[in-house]
Amino acid sequence: MNPLSVVVRTVCDLFAWFMIVFGVNVLLHGYVTPGGGFQGGAIIATFTAFLLVAYGGKRVAARVNNKLFDLFEEIGLIVFFILAFLGFPITFFFNFMARPLAESASGILPGVGTVALMSAAVGLEVTGALSLIILTMHKGIRMFKVEPLEQETGHER
Amino acid sequence: MKKTVFIAAAILLGAFITGALDVVHPFGDPLEVPMDDYFIANALNDISAENIVTAIVFDYRGFDTIGEAAVLFTALTAVSVLLREGRKKP
Repeated sequence: MNPLSVVVRTVCDLFAWFMIVFGVNVLLHGYVTPGGGFQGGAIIATFTAFLLVAYGGKRVAARVNNKLFDLFEEIGLIVFFILAFLGFPITFFFNFMARPLAESASGILPGVGTVALMSAAVGLEVTGALSLIILTMHKGIRMFKVEPLEQETGHER
Repeated sequence: MKKTVFIAAAILLGAFITGALDVVHPFGDPLEVPMDDYFIANALNDISAENIVTAIVFDYRGFDTIGEAAVLFTALTAVSVLLREGRKKP
């Protein structure tokens, strides 16, 4: 995949970070506004695809560390399962931090309890998984190319 | 002979499906599902979640979310195995 023109790269420099901020916003406010872990994670994973399209495979493969996304996915899944197991004296997935609406008028983490935390954990997991899928599939495209990667032509770097 | 059997089976299947359409309840008139009413009535009071969808996905039906996470994990595993390094060129 060749890097695109300087216009696309400049727009990527300017606006790609807002994409991450928007994704984290959707992910963390999943219990109030429409959205949640899956949607926010998908938005953040769009950032990886945007980077790949704008800057080309060579630079992204040199800069991006796959182990980071690996870690994201593992941490997300582990936190999700731990939160599920913590409610175990009652049932699996018991929301042990939940409060009724009347008692949770204020506070950082309102009465939703584990819903917000699980949403964040699943968002982390989806971010890692979708980004890894995009990067791995791009690696698979490169694998069957005839010419070596160094000879790929494109716009000026 | 084989063709006749297949045509007869297709006609029989079509008859069954057409007959089953009689039993389907009409459009816009769903069956009474008490679960929906419970969610709408109690989600805000139980766990004070303004977004009922998130409350259902992560609390009431959290077990299904494990399945969704497993689907994603399986997809990632399949992609990694299929496109692994060191594979021979076709």
